[in-house]
Amino acid sequence: MTELLLDATGVAKRYGAVAALRSASLSVRAGEVHALMGANGAGKSTLVKILTGAVHPDEGTILVRGEPYVARSPAEARRSGVVSVYQEPALIPDLDIKSNLRLTGTPLEPFRHWLSELGIADLDMAEAARNLPLATLRVIDLARALAIEPHVLMLDEMTAALPADLTERVLEVIAGQRGSDRSIIFISHRLIEIAAVCDRATVLREGVTVGVVDVTEGSNDRIVGLMLGESAKNLGVRRDGARVAASGPDATPARIAARGLRVGTRLHDVSFELRAGEVLGVVALEGQGQDELFDVLSGSLRPDGGELLVDGTPVAFKHPADAIRAGLVYVPADRAEALLMQRSVRENIALPFSASIRSWGPIPIGREKRKVDEAIAQLQIDTRAAGEVRRLSGGNQQKVTIARWVAGGVRTMLCFDPTRGIDIGTKDQIYALLRQLAGEGAAVLLYTSELKEVQLACDRAIVIFGGRVVAEIAVEDADEPTLLRAAYDLPPDVPMPEEIAAGVLAGDLPSELPGSGPMVSA
Amino acid sequence: MSAMAGAEQAERADTREALGRWARRNTWTLGLIGLLASFILITKLIQPSYSAEAFQGLAIGALPLAMAAVAQAIVVISGGIDLSVGSMMALTSVTSAALMKGQPEAFGVVVVLGVLLLGIALGTTNGTLVVITKVPDIVVTLAMSFVWAGAALLVLNTPGGGSAEWLKGLVSGSILSDWIPRALVTMVVIVGVIWIPLRRSTTGLALYAVGSDRLAAFRSGVSVGRTKILAYALTGLFSAFGGLALTATTGIGSPVPGAYTLLGVAAIVLGGVSLAGGRGGVAGPIVAVFVLALVRTDLTLLGVNSNLSTVVQGTILIGVVMFGSLLTMRRVRR
Repeated sequence: MTELLLDATGVAKRYGAVAALRSASLSVRAGEVHALMGANGAGKSTLVKILTGAVHPDEGTILVRGEPYVARSPAEARRSGVVSVYQEPALIPDLDIKSNLRLTGTPLEPFRHWLSELGIADLDMAEAARNLPLATLRVIDLARALAIEPHVLMLDEMTAALPADLTERVLEVIAGQRGSDRSIIFISHRLIEIAAVCDRATVLREGVTVGVVDVTEGSNDRIVGLMLGESAKNLGVRRDGARVAASGPDATPARIAARGLRVGTRLHDVSFELRAGEVLGVVALEGQGQDELFDVLSGSLRPDGGELLVDGTPVAFKHPADAIRAGLVYVPADRAEALLMQRSVRENIALPFSASIRSWGPIPIGREKRKVDEAIAQLQIDTRAAGEVRRLSGGNQQKVTIARWVAGGVRTMLCFDPTRGIDIGTKDQIYALLRQLAGEGAAVLLYTSELKEVQLACDRAIVIFGGRVVAEIAVEDADEPTLLRAAYDLPPDVPMPEEIAAGVLAGDLPSELPGSGPMVSA
Repeated sequence: MSAMAGAEQAERADTREALGRWARRNTWTLGLIGLLASFILITKLIQPSYSAEAFQGLAIGALPLAMAAVAQAIVVISGGIDLSVGSMMALTSVTSAALMKGQPEAFGVVVVLGVLLLGIALGTTNGTLVVITKVPDIVVTLAMSFVWAGAALLVLNTPGGGSAEWLKGLVSGSILSDWIPRALVTMVVIVGVIWIPLRRSTTGLALYAVGSDRLAAFRSGVSVGRTKILAYALTGLFSAFGGLALTATTGIGSPVPGAYTLLGVAAIVLGGVSLAGGRGGVAGPIVAVFVLALVRTDLTLLGVNSNLSTVVQGTILIGVVMFGSLLTMRRVRR
């Protein structure tokens, strides 16, 4: 049992000036299911990419069964016995399942065996992958990986987007691999699954392996503690008192009221209200349905179910223009999505409100200039390189994406991680601006991947997990540990009993467990 | 007894299902063949004297474009595009014509094989440049189209050269029946011998995989760069076949490329190849070439102004493709 199947030490990877991994290590024994954990940006996905051969490390050694392991592509990784199942299934959409298996040289009989073990009995092998549902594709991908008989199998968020019955079968099969001669690296945001199937967990923080934990009763707290590290202690967050309290239940309807929004397998039941004068934070781990939620609100995705009310009126957006007309404007994390990179600051800011004028005549230049200048002054945009937006710094670009909505007068702003990759000074300015907008009566919905932003900018926060709103937290309580626990759908300060973990295998849904339902602290 | 009958029935149901699936997969090509048949009928109606000889002439005229369409189809299926197909045809055509002129028949065999290798080399150059420089396919192949066209003018600066008689013989006349032109048979044999085994191999799957989803292909262990280069090499090979077809059908080599590049793109779109890659085959484009050629013939027979007839050709192209995407959209919605 002490034989190390995979042994990575001192793995480092830099992207330009950013160190994605500084010194990561990962030791996996034969026959164990090993969890790889870390908060957003901890370097988890970089380490996975290195192991799968998609990225080459700058430093560090990796041994597989004692042999030096160098993988320059997934094909080479597989030849060394390291096989991955990715979040997006690696199946060719235009080829049928049989051809997909042939492409990867997968033996047919073991594949069928694993497929039926995983609970898919009647699969039409001649069907093109494009025509199969995502959940089925993920299970096919897993069965294919198992059929190759790898030494090390890496599963990245394997159970995401799977219905409950398939999740159960998948976890059973994974647990069944314990004690075999292969090992599984299991990546999941669901601590309850980790408790159910994993033997040990390696925790990454800021590109460094900070601990290896035996998964036992009560190890969740240690794992969360390791993921948080120092930041759990220094909670000296600045609080500027001038915060407009969310108005209670009053006569005016909420700016946005979402009721039971559903999108495919990603968003199951999201309900919340956003009122005028408040900044509502949205906290979620990656891929919990927040992307879909913002797409729905900004009009680029139609929900499969549920109701969306703006100012008390039900709406059905067909196009982002409909959302903008209803006063819902969107600030994406990726500036390139919002800006015309080769045009000037002035044109970019003026575009939304000039385009909204319902006339074909010439643009009233004087009025446009006045409004643009006001917005530039309000946001303190550095206009030395105003001729082309792409020459601006990231922070200034993000300010322009906000300014283009502010210039026309904003009612409701949807910000999706607006401070991603921006320097700290600009971040502060953006928080202050969001507060100011709320103070003037706008409503702001702010998704952020940086948990400490919640206390800096928001009035309250909702937490989304697995496509559902699992918690609503008032700003006073929204410190990082609380938010992170909630983001992992852990009940506050209740140690997780072993029975609950076992219950997952017995088929109980996490949402039906005591203490993990929606919690409201006020 | 009854069990056997049951098994037999089940087998028949299986066969029927397999046939049904094959028909569903090849709806587009089957529809095109129907369209081709109706155009042949229309031709017969307009011109009752339309003869087997005229059909042979049609096949001979369509042969170079058919090869260009196959060449383009392969690279587009793998997710690229090659705007130098016409220039590669011109270069290979003049090379073969210049080398064969006044030489013994047997030497022609050497020339043909050499020119096919030249085509592979041209295509490999295109593909390698695309993969290594990471400059978009459309830019690299457009630039290379000027290079190959210039090289063609260096080989022969005016139309000239000659062709071996056996090469001309491969594309003229008919086999078995007057209505089976030899040019058509030659083309089907060449394409069949190269494409069918390739389509069934892992390499062929890799071509479709790279065109369908590069990331998934990479993760499935496909060498994306090598596959792309191979696709371009095959495009070069079929461009060389197209060049040889030009030499064989005209008896000389012409250094100025015809409009084969863009007509080839039109034919593959009409032939059901998705410009986004990953979907389609080579049979559809070949049928499409014949449809386009017949439309032209019909319009000429009807005495329509030849300038107007290109307008009509373009309109038909847009119409058929729009009809196709409407059908696909409806199927998706259902």
